[in-house]
Amino acid sequence: MAVTVSSERDTVASPVQRAFREALYAGAISLGLFVLFIGLKTDQNISNQLILVTRWWLLITVVVLTMLGRFFYIAYGQPFMANQKIANVATGLLPASVASRFFLLPAFIGAIVLAVVLFVFGGALPGLVGDGLAGYLQFLRALAVIYALACVIFYFRAYIHDNFTKLGVTALVLYPILVVGVLSLMSWSFVGGLQGSLKWIDNFGIQILIYVMLAWGLNIVVGLAGLLDLGYVAFYAVGAYAYALLGSHYGLSFWILLPAAGAMAAFWGVMLGFPVLRLRGDYLAIVTLAFGEIIRLVLINWREVTNGSAGISGIPKVTFFGLMTFNSTDPNYIGKVLHIAQSSAYYKIFLYYLILALALLTAFVTIRLRRMPVGRAWEALREDEIACRSLGINTTTTKLTAFATGAMFGGFAGAFFSARQGFVSPESFVFLESAIILAIVVLGGMGSLVGIAVAAMVMIGGTEALRELDFLKQVFGKDFTPELYRMLLFGMAMVIVMLWKPRGFVGSREPTAFLKERRAVSSSFTKEGHG
Amino acid sequence: MNASSIQKANPGMKDAILQVEHLSMKFGGLVAIGDLSFQAKRGEITALIGPNGAGKTTVFNCITGFYKPSEGMITLNGADGSSFLLERLPNHEIPARAKVARTFQNIRLFSGMTLLENLLVAQHNKLMKASGYTILGLFGIGGYRRASAESVELAKHWLEKADLVDRADDPAGDLPYGAQRRLEIARAMCTGPELLCLDEPAAGLNPKESAALNSLLMDIKSSTSILLIEHDMSVVMQISDHVVVLEYGRKISDGSPQAVRTDPRVIAAYLGVDDEEVETVLTEVGDEDVIEQLDIGPDTAHGPGTSSSYLAGPVSDTIGHSEGERVTVSKGASKAAQVDARASVAPRKPAERATAKPKPAAAKSPTPKPRGGRK
Ligand SMILES: Nc1ncnc2c1ncn2[C@@H]1O[C@H](COP(=O)(O)OP(=O)(O)OP(=O)(O)O)[C@@H](O)[C@H]1O
Ligand SMILES: [Mg+2]
Repeated sequence: MAVTVSSERDTVASPVQRAFREALYAGAISLGLFVLFIGLKTDQNISNQLILVTRWWLLITVVVLTMLGRFFYIAYGQPFMANQKIANVATGLLPASVASRFFLLPAFIGAIVLAVVLFVFGGALPGLVGDGLAGYLQFLRALAVIYALACVIFYFRAYIHDNFTKLGVTALVLYPILVVGVLSLMSWSFVGGLQGSLKWIDNFGIQILIYVMLAWGLNIVVGLAGLLDLGYVAFYAVGAYAYALLGSHYGLSFWILLPAAGAMAAFWGVMLGFPVLRLRGDYLAIVTLAFGEIIRLVLINWREVTNGSAGISGIPKVTFFGLMTFNSTDPNYIGKVLHIAQSSAYYKIFLYYLILALALLTAFVTIRLRRMPVGRAWEALREDEIACRSLGINTTTTKLTAFATGAMFGGFAGAFFSARQGFVSPESFVFLESAIILAIVVLGGMGSLVGIAVAAMVMIGGTEALRELDFLKQVFGKDFTPELYRMLLFGMAMVIVMLWKPRGFVGSREPTAFLKERRAVSSSFTKEGHG
Repeated sequence: MNASSIQKANPGMKDAILQVEHLSMKFGGLVAIGDLSFQAKRGEITALIGPNGAGKTTVFNCITGFYKPSEGMITLNGADGSSFLLERLPNHEIPARAKVARTFQNIRLFSGMTLLENLLVAQHNKLMKASGYTILGLFGIGGYRRASAESVELAKHWLEKADLVDRADDPAGDLPYGAQRRLEIARAMCTGPELLCLDEPAAGLNPKESAALNSLLMDIKSSTSILLIEHDMSVVMQISDHVVVLEYGRKISDGSPQAVRTDPRVIAAYLGVDDEEVETVLTEVGDEDVIEQLDIGPDTAHGPGTSSSYLAGPVSDTIGHSEGERVTVSKGASKAAQVDARASVAPRKPAERATAKPKPAAAKSPTPKPRGGRK
């Protein structure tokens, strides 16, 4: 029997044709999706009636953008990426990678020049070109700085990769000095530099480091022992209230209360641990979540002690190991002792180094514990609990130690948090915090300290940076607040990272002992744990 | 030490490292083990064999504390004269105190950890003590450093024995199957056991790996008693000193490999499982008498069909005889029981035995035959 093959089968549609078709599909789908989301909006008019506002132009813009995106991706993006994998016939080399074509020396120099020029004339810009344009120029300056930094990282990537820990710790130690130095240079006064540094050290530095520490603490429970804890913020709250209450009622020093707060959080970790550790997986997650909520509700309702949702204020500041204080009225105020100008930046810088030390302590203990039998037992527990029991490991106490150790670091961070804020209220310990900390651990790569630190920096630093994007007000109007979009961006970032690297930024595991050579274990062999 | 778990060592039983007495394990209505008693002697390899679902793994789970037996007593007599009632010890204390280590039928390694780490985890309790329960070790006080170096040496020793030392720094999940089995044994040995329980260590191994396993087990035997579950008869017959045969949770035979392999009840039990295994048993045994005795196939003229595994037909079948005697076997009854029934009938029918034709294994019908309702 003759088989006729239609001639259409042989002709493969060209990318552009395919792109047209795909763009039409994408347009239809996005129109269907967004017609109610974006095209229509319910609102109240002056007489409080519900009215329907139509926003067809916005809808059309979004749909057209979607179609264009799909078109360019199919027509040019995909063929380009396919070409990247084809070696040149003559030279046998792969084409120059996108990155090496993007990070070029002339562009790098140009970016630096642009950034410097814009920094120097930064103050005069609004007067010269008007507010609107100045906003865009500021954005341009930020882009130039980011590009220059990216170039540096790209060209030294091998070196950075090999010495990441050392470089990272050095950068963190030098960070406040650099910030104060640069800002002093820009404003030509040391005091001005100190004042300007507040935002960078407090909002960025301290904020990120608190999350780094919390995520490293949770990493012991989730990343090493494989116990999914959704109520980690409870231990943070225990630590914070321990310092807030004992510090303000009994006037005890931070340096005594820091270990006390850690011990109390660890105690509660064990208290929570006992009943729940027979549970596994989803059940454990739900009970820990409930525990987090219970602690918060206790804080709200136990008014006599915790002052309810009004919270506790006037929490004493940390002293410089009892030698100097940071209250300008005290006789041993740091400014008076050292004969330097009065500034609130000293306290922030001190707090920065304090949380850096606490975070590094967490990392150090984690690294040490991983090489001890208990740390290995945690990881073995994550891999296979039944095998652990067959080797004589008491899984109950092993899980409890993981819970208690993780909780202790949460408690330290909590004590620090209340000392830094000077005020605590149950508002700070909602479930969203637990979720953010867990998201950082997962994004960073469970078990990897470096990955988690990077994830915290990107996530927390990123959301803080949104506050800085004032120029967006010029684009979207005066009442546009970029911070409100941080959860959206957080979610998008998680989806992208999980698609691109399902095991987090750092997916491999460092072995804790080796016979001949240390080789990282690929994440395809490690397990996430079931409990 | 828990006083209740210690008995005065029975002087008469000095050489028995493990005594299982009247052990029963019920899962709801299912009696997985019924009134099982046996002994494993110190310095010997005791094999526990039986068809699929006979309850061998369940016996292991009772011995190693993963299941609490419904009835019965499991006594472990340590080399130092102490003895433990294993059914009373918590799960994790059985390896730690009674020194019983085990492997699993479906391998349970820490696949994301390296081989060396796997063996270090096995030395947890020892290292935990040496590190002062972590606290001293964290500050580098005490003998943790030395203990840790010793544990690496021990791990290396067992890696060498298991022929895995070249791969010490690879993740366990990356090993081929046979190597994973050996690693699991090495890991169990790192706990320093007196009794090693191996659940089908040769399953899925090729003949070369299987031979390597035999020599590893013979090596271990010099220091540690072994309790072995195995379907691979070449392993069982070559290395074990004593064989216990289970079927449907009951012991049907117990003795030296020679005695067991000529026991018609045992072979009948295996006939009920799998044609391949029938063949294995018959060729392993290589005993014409037995083959002849067992292959009392039905007379093709009267019987249900030309099946070598006549006995492997559905268990609920009735066994018909040309004389018209009917031995009815109820569903779920064991093949060994059928042999018993036949044995009591057989003396009365010398004629049939005389007509029985020995049938070579190769002549078995190539078509798949229904198996006993056991799968
Ligand atoms: N936890 C359990 N709950 C219910 N039934 C069980 C359980 N464990 C085992 N059984 C049943 O007990 C019987 C014996 O099972 P077991 O695993 O001990 O057999 P086995 O001799 O190890 O077989 P195999 O050679 O296939 O490994 C089986 O019928 C099994 O279904
Ligand atoms: Mg089994």
